[in-house]
Amino acid sequence: MSQAMIDSAQAATQTAQSSADPFILSFTVFVLAIFVGYHVVWNVTPALHTPLMSVTNAISSIVIVGAILAAGPVEMNLATVLGLIAVGLAGVNIFGGFMVTQRMLAMFKKRQ
Amino acid sequence: MSANMVALAYLIAAVLIILALKGLSSPESSRRGNLFGMIGMLIAVLVTLQLPGVQNYAWILGALAVGAVAGGSVARKIPMTHMPQLVAFMHSLVGLAAVLIAVSAVYDPAAYGIAADDGGLHLASRIELFLGTFIGAITFTASLVAFAKLQGLLSGTPVTFKGQHFVNLMLGIVMMIAGIVFCIDPSWSSFLLMLAIALVLGVLLIIPIGGADMPVIVSMLNSYSGWAAAGIGFTLGNNMLIIAGALVGSSGAILSYIMCKAMNRSLFNVLLGGFGGQASTVGGAATVGDRPVQAGAAEDAAFLLKNARSVIIVPGYGLAVARAQHALKEVVDSLIASGVNVKFAIHPVAGRMPGHMNVLLAEADVPYDIVYEMDEINPEFSDTDVALVLGANDVVNPAAKTDSSSPIYGMPILEVTKANHVLVVKRSLSVGYAGLDNDLFYMDKTMMLFDDAKKACETILHAID
Repeated sequence: MSQAMIDSAQAATQTAQSSADPFILSFTVFVLAIFVGYHVVWNVTPALHTPLMSVTNAISSIVIVGAILAAGPVEMNLATVLGLIAVGLAGVNIFGGFMVTQRMLAMFKKRQ
Repeated sequence: MSANMVALAYLIAAVLIILALKGLSSPESSRRGNLFGMIGMLIAVLVTLQLPGVQNYAWILGALAVGAVAGGSVARKIPMTHMPQLVAFMHSLVGLAAVLIAVSAVYDPAAYGIAADDGGLHLASRIELFLGTFIGAITFTASLVAFAKLQGLLSGTPVTFKGQHFVNLMLGIVMMIAGIVFCIDPSWSSFLLMLAIALVLGVLLIIPIGGADMPVIVSMLNSYSGWAAAGIGFTLGNNMLIIAGALVGSSGAILSYIMCKAMNRSLFNVLLGGFGGQASTVGGAATVGDRPVQAGAAEDAAFLLKNARSVIIVPGYGLAVARAQHALKEVVDSLIASGVNVKFAIHPVAGRMPGHMNVLLAEADVPYDIVYEMDEINPEFSDTDVALVLGANDVVNPAAKTDSSSPIYGMPILEVTKANHVLVVKRSLSVGYAGLDNDLFYMDKTMMLFDDAKKACETILHAID
């Protein structure tokens, strides 16, 4: 394959990529995830709605990813300190949320 | 790890989180689902920790350990009756974390790799940060107020004042303007003004909402915390956060819808607030106590229950308040042992949050396969000998079906009046949350047992044995 062909192929890929803003791609994922959530959550049995809320509590603490990035740099400044506090808060929710959900789910037993 | 590997690992985490929710379709699959959720979260955290920009390990792991100890100890000790408060409190933590992350991103965009060439923020990032910050801030303070109301630190009665909605509207408009100014020309003053108003607005939006509507509010804040997480996901351009946030957001929205439907109210009507404030003082004197009721003793109740073929128990939150679940379970065991077919009927708003009563019964070792939802059990009342109502009131009030002038008209109820006999355990003829008298108490087939739910269960058990 000649260099010219590779170049033109790369150029074509770049045009294809630049046609959609990254925001639009994220937004696509967002809308599709709402649909997934809608269908999955309607299938949750009403008896487990309280565990659903506590586990979604833990899941929304996925913001810890952002908190870790903020706390990442070694030099301490306002941004890292806020990030560290956010890591701690999200940590409370992740451990508290999953553990209390586990505790509740363990209570649901069938007739002997 | 290459950027592609990181993205794929995040995708696996997102799929595991979806499986965690999918598992909740039945109690058997739910425990495994929860495990998937934990693994997904672990992958997400580990992958993020190894990213090149993350070097501050000691501090990060230290903060995480503090959070883990605090969260873990609360999770182990919290009484199941306090779940609504716990969930509300945890929503506020998500909201606060989202705000802190957003402030941090505005302060140092480079740490997130979202800095523009001049070191500032792109327009898209500013818009995402604006949305994420105000949703997070409202979630934070609104959830704190909801927590305080549920915990009894604040009164459950709605706080209303003249021009309340106008004030909220004005604050909302000023907040939006400040946010738009921040998007056009980023400055700390506009950002902080927007943040401050959002924090105040969170408080003002929740104070007019009464204790009875808290299940809806807690569900709604559940939804908000998800949208706040999705907002952070947009800022970081991280699809996993967007997926997780959208799942939580839609979950909370569906739960709010289910709760509103179970109370025959619109979300708008709940949000306007004021419900349950005046009503509970008006309903008291007018009709209650003027009509004759048939009061019985525990022995009569025991006789009725023991000689029944089938019994449906309708528990309400009063049961949990009286800590009578375990005593009730013993009555149930004793009845089942003597051949009575016992089932439980749960109204969607029986507890203080969606599904709360199911957890309280499960805690008392009531097997979940004798616990039925409203739609499943309603057709069975007409074929049932005794309906035993314990600590429930509005959810069995026939006025919801028959009296079009009643405030709860149209609300779906458990149709206990169709059973051959109705046994109501209640401390007095006082009104329920909606502040209404209940015709059920005065029917010929109804026997009232005036006692505390726990004592009633104990004496009934004694009389059966």
